[in-house]
Amino acid sequence: MSLLLLLEQTLNGIQFGVFLFLISAGLTLVFGIMNMVNLAHGSLYMMGAYYAVTFVQLTGSFLLALVLTIPCALLTGIVLEVIALRTLYQRDHMDQVLATFGLILFFNELVRILWGAEAQPMPLPPIFDGNVEILPGVPYPVFRLVIIIVGILVAIFLYFLISKTRIGMLIRAGASNRSMVGALGVNIRLLYTLVFGLGAALAAIAGVMAGPILSVEPGMGEEMLILAFVVIVVGGIGSIRGAVVASVIVGVVETVGRSTLPYLLSQVLPSDDAQTAGPALASMLIYILMAGVLFFKPEGLFPARTG
Amino acid sequence: MLSKTKIGIILAMFLLLAAVPPLADYFDQPFYLALFSRILIFAIAAISLDLILGYGGMVSFGHAAYIGLGAYAVAILNYYDIDNGWLQLVVAIVGSGIVAALIGAISLRTGGLYFIMITLAFTQMLFFLGISLEEYGGDDGINTSRSVFGDWIDMDDNSVLYYVILFFVAVCTLISWRLVNSRFGMVIRGSHSNERRMLAIGFPVFRYRLAAFVVSGAMCGVAGFLMANLTEFVTPSFMHWTRSGEIMIMVLMGGMGTVFGSILGAAGFLLLEDILANLTLHWWIIFGPVLVLLILFAKKGLWGLIPGREGLSDD
Repeated sequence: MSLLLLLEQTLNGIQFGVFLFLISAGLTLVFGIMNMVNLAHGSLYMMGAYYAVTFVQLTGSFLLALVLTIPCALLTGIVLEVIALRTLYQRDHMDQVLATFGLILFFNELVRILWGAEAQPMPLPPIFDGNVEILPGVPYPVFRLVIIIVGILVAIFLYFLISKTRIGMLIRAGASNRSMVGALGVNIRLLYTLVFGLGAALAAIAGVMAGPILSVEPGMGEEMLILAFVVIVVGGIGSIRGAVVASVIVGVVETVGRSTLPYLLSQVLPSDDAQTAGPALASMLIYILMAGVLFFKPEGLFPARTG
Repeated sequence: MLSKTKIGIILAMFLLLAAVPPLADYFDQPFYLALFSRILIFAIAAISLDLILGYGGMVSFGHAAYIGLGAYAVAILNYYDIDNGWLQLVVAIVGSGIVAALIGAISLRTGGLYFIMITLAFTQMLFFLGISLEEYGGDDGINTSRSVFGDWIDMDDNSVLYYVILFFVAVCTLISWRLVNSRFGMVIRGSHSNERRMLAIGFPVFRYRLAAFVVSGAMCGVAGFLMANLTEFVTPSFMHWTRSGEIMIMVLMGGMGTVFGSILGAAGFLLLEDILANLTLHWWIIFGPVLVLLILFAKKGLWGLIPGREGLSDD
């Protein structure tokens, strides 16, 4: 276990954290503003990946696919919100969880019908193929660096959108007092729809970026969804800042834990026990982290001030 | 108390359920015996969840964990050649109860969405634990044989197993019914409708809730014990989070806060699944939207369709 390997794993962790951030940003916004739990958010991530697969096949260009996927995902999100989710805002969390659970089943089957049950190939875009030496003697895949950069750009974009623009001001106002914003004459329904579409677009960006390195298949959203929930719960539901911090923490803990924990355990335990306990503990690590955070801070690390 | 209609329906329901094995035998449809065995097992899980969800407002999104624990209690003991059913049952109940106490002690400190998510997280933890235990089959699962309860109950006979399951359904229903109508149940319900007031009166709400959570977990462990006996095969997928969601949907379909409704809910869910699966390969595409519609428009559940006073006002 060299220091360089640890560095590489940390970068992988950050890159995974970026995925999680892109997905959880929408999730946490929707929760913070509409007080709505949307399990189908993972399906939007999946739809993003599938749109991109199709566009790559049609156009042959990854960048063009990314550009085309974003409006499609935005539209999907908006349609979904208008048809199904809008009526759920006033319901309690359990109804929201179950209804959107139904939507997951729908989307997974839809994808199976339209694209087939087997994983769809998505080639690595040639311009991002290859490695770059981030430190002398440490090659690192370019595409993974691109993912990290995209994540940072999105985070900066969100920061400006939310803290510097008028729409961001409305979003923040909506999060802290919904009825007051409505009473002041803001079209709160439209705002909700836009926020939902924004969340869908962000999830779809994650889906596009995931295409070449993870497999594009039905049900790919659920794994990410549960991790995204861990992120928003650890970060404090409704808080973008919390989502940024928590997604990096969760990404790094998950990735680095998986690669180093079996090794660390083998140093203190007999190798047989370490062989069994290592992977088990590694896959449980982030859930232990989440339980630990909630035990000490039941509202997450950065509790959002909603009311 | 229950209305006369409802008492009649409950009696009819149990009579019908008792008639399933001879009917399945007569029509030579062993598949339906297995299906109804599954329905009854999920009925137990749904009853146990309804106890805390419907009456206590504790939205546990991780009840599949206890099914898994109960099932693994059978499989792991069986792995070490311990096939004594009584012992397996005790281990399943006590094991699930202890784990429920640990999960509850942490989860009940939170509320709302956090509670939903933390119960989900704990179940994921157990799910991944199951996957990584290579010794007990890991991802692939582990074969097991049916529990042995002495000479007079032959669990290897599917009809006998069915009646054993039905017996447990009756016991769990009775326990739940007595519990929700007892002083303990009143405290749980009171804490659901107004926690602050219950605290002000001087009830240690947390302790009551934890006790209910443990009872619910242990009861769901019984469902797992029976599930392992029915399938003779245990995999971590018993604890998959979608399973937890399904149990919640069963409670909702039956009607929340109605002990007997949970049986209808489990039957409704699994029969609908069976019917749709026979219609088309892509039955999920219908099932998903049906769920959404049910939640939007049929909150009272199947039990609520029965005339008479409904839901929580049943007493």
